Amino acid sequence: MRRLLYFLPLVICLGIALFFYRGLDLNPRDLPSALINKPAPEFSLPALPGRDIQRADDGLARTDLTTGKPVVVNVWASWCIPCVAEHPLVDRLAKREGVTVHGINYRDRPDAAAAWLKRLGDPYAKVGKDESGRVSIDWGVYGVPETYVIDGNGVILYRHAGALSPEILERKILPLVKGGG
Amino acid sequence: MIAEIGHFALIAAFLLAGLQATVPLYGAHKGDRGMMELARSTAVGQFALVLLAFAALVNAFVTSDFSVLNVAQNSHSTKPMLYKISGAWGNHEGSLLLWALILSLFGAMVACFGRNLPPSLRARTLAIQGMIALGFLAFMLFTSNPFDRILAPPSDGAGLNPLLQDPGLAFHPPFLYFGYVGLSISFSFAVAALIEGKVDAAWARWVRPWTLAAWCGLTVGIGLGSWWAYYELGWGGFWFWDPVENASFMPWLAATALLHSAIVVEKRDALKSWTILLAIVAFSMSLLGTFLVRSGVLTSVHAFATDPERGVFILALLAVTVGGSLTLFAIRAPKLQTTGVFQPISREGALLLNNLFLSAAAATVLLGTLYPLFLDVLDAGKVSVGPPFFNATFGPLMAPVLGAMVIGPFLSWKRADFRQAMQKLWLGVAAAVTAIVLVLILSGVEGILPAVGVGAAVWIICGTLLELADRVKLARVPLSESWRRARRTPRAAYGMTVAHLGVGLVVAGVLGATVFKTESIQNMKPGDVVDVAGYTFTLDRVERLNGPNYQAERAVFRISTDGEQFATVNAERRAYPVEGDTTTEAGIHTTWVADLYAVVGEGNPRDGWTTRIYHNPLVPWIWLGTIVMSLGGVISLTDRRLRIGAPSRRRAPTSGSSSPAPAE
Repeated sequence: MRRLLYFLPLVICLGIALFFYRGLDLNPRDLPSALINKPAPEFSLPALPGRDIQRADDGLARTDLTTGKPVVVNVWASWCIPCVAEHPLVDRLAKREGVTVHGINYRDRPDAAAAWLKRLGDPYAKVGKDESGRVSIDWGVYGVPETYVIDGNGVILYRHAGALSPEILERKILPLVKGGG
Repeated sequence: MIAEIGHFALIAAFLLAGLQATVPLYGAHKGDRGMMELARSTAVGQFALVLLAFAALVNAFVTSDFSVLNVAQNSHSTKPMLYKISGAWGNHEGSLLLWALILSLFGAMVACFGRNLPPSLRARTLAIQGMIALGFLAFMLFTSNPFDRILAPPSDGAGLNPLLQDPGLAFHPPFLYFGYVGLSISFSFAVAALIEGKVDAAWARWVRPWTLAAWCGLTVGIGLGSWWAYYELGWGGFWFWDPVENASFMPWLAATALLHSAIVVEKRDALKSWTILLAIVAFSMSLLGTFLVRSGVLTSVHAFATDPERGVFILALLAVTVGGSLTLFAIRAPKLQTTGVFQPISREGALLLNNLFLSAAAATVLLGTLYPLFLDVLDAGKVSVGPPFFNATFGPLMAPVLGAMVIGPFLSWKRADFRQAMQKLWLGVAAAVTAIVLVLILSGVEGILPAVGVGAAVWIICGTLLELADRVKLARVPLSESWRRARRTPRAAYGMTVAHLGVGLVVAGVLGATVFKTESIQNMKPGDVVDVAGYTFTLDRVERLNGPNYQAERAVFRISTDGEQFATVNAERRAYPVEGDTTTEAGIHTTWVADLYAVVGEGNPRDGWTTRIYHNPLVPWIWLGTIVMSLGGVISLTDRRLRIGAPSRRRAPTSGSSSPAPAE
């Protein structure tokens, strides 16, 4: 029995290796294919309090995605570093490119989130707060940040997990939103 | 041409590593002196060749040779020289080359300085080291050749991620890798010992300096990384539980446990198989970090460009190295004879407690890091484990370690009197309790946890100093006698004292950063004034300036207290046109007991700028503490009596048990 104990580290290690092998095929930046070209899930989130007053009147819901114009939904949190890194690009998307960007604030303290926006700039049209993370699970959010492109009818066209890069922005996202969805 | 020399050197190093991995092993088996000696010359030769390759790559970066693919993708002609050089390891291929360089450096050091090692142990250790090198050089040559050429070189390069263009991050990888890869030597020693079937005090003593050196590098590396995050990401935090940060933290926890358990093997001939397992696990954690960063199974801001073929290769490497060594462990470890027995209340007991909790902490960090992946693979949905998980689990696991690390050195080996130890420590207990009460009364912070945290920091610092005082019998014997005792105290003991003081400083700093900081966010125009924690910040001006490869907006703040100006800080927002990114540079003034920290956000002269100002008490101690910890390691390394001139096996057991048991 005691001898078997010495095999325990090996068994644990092989188990982890098996998961890694399977994990290699699953790209965390890939959307589960089921959601692409499907309608975005039904949801309704309360507004993130503490933002600049003129924009912070109501929350974010599915109806905000079916206005006829393509929109971008960006999932972020104030505790996430990649979000800081990608923020200038989100900013650029909204302010320079004139795209409507909504935010889903994922598992965050509202005061910390609002402070984060005050500090780094607030490019979002609307920000829904998802403190429990339930809505983000419906969206298939793997981690923050994540970015979705939605056409004017609420259908998900594209998803990027992880921080945006200038290439992703220019080659993937801009053609989709500017091409009219 | 020079790039081809580098490529050729890599191939030659690969072939030498093949020799180093096989012939000495066979020689040790047969008892053939000549074959065993081959390990030393091949190890040194391999280092020289990898160094040549590394020099060739740095040369390509320095001269901006854009016909080399790696340079074209990661460098730019306007980049400052420092970042041209550091760009050589700021990418996947180059960082692998740095990996291989440090791997062969450690092999060469064992070959050169390990003269007192028994020939067979040295040959086997170097052979294992050769096998690891063989794997990594193959990985480089077949999937990630840093010297690939492009047929049509671009006129200029694509640039380096601006977040990485920073002095802190330029030196972060070399230190971190020194630690990561240095653990390979402990691993090789452990596997060699399993092959020999012998682990004794002499073995523990030989392994220790290498582990200690690697541990020092890892400590500095992690400290630098966290310092970078603190001032470059610009929001006052210093640790984010990012998968890549965790990847460096897990080996550190395992290596720390290893350092302590190796003492028990050395002094008391116990915990042998556990120590061997830790040596294997510590390096496995390093390999795991390499895998996580490069395979793309987890997302992180630090991740290199990934491709599945590389992922499979590293995974195979990981499986062979870790699986192979653990199989050997499972077969051989039960046969290791242990002679030392001890009571739960003893120095060994305290070290074992420390080991259990450090390992549990490493396992927790591992679980938190891999949990999203596990669920994803099991198709149970995608989740993300944020800092809340780590904050809730890591602190409680560290608490017993922080308690025991002070009491442990007061306990004697084998069997100790707990009450007697606590009597010597009453001053420390009193200081900690006073600190807790004071914090509860004076500070406006709610809850008992911050107070307990401060108590812990005071406890560690006072208790550690008390141990030193007790050792030299301060105030119990004449001062000259104390001085004589202090001079005769081994350096290893001072090393422990200094390293433990460092831990106390880090604990205090972490508390300051998380609990006691003051933060103020506002919109400011030049001339506006903000008061934060008794300091007055005046936004003096915001100016535009041109850096070598960026344009910046610089906000100059004047800081005064009681109407007297004592510092100005510059906070910047930099835009890098080549890479199309912006970064923030925090303006920091440190008083050594607190940081005054200012960040400037978006804005314009008409509406003003968003500014964020922090008063971060004790935060500088985090980095001071990591430096002090590594300094403790270095002091312990200089303990000549025991360390570098590693003792011969014959002498070892007697000096181990008869000396007055220095704690480390």
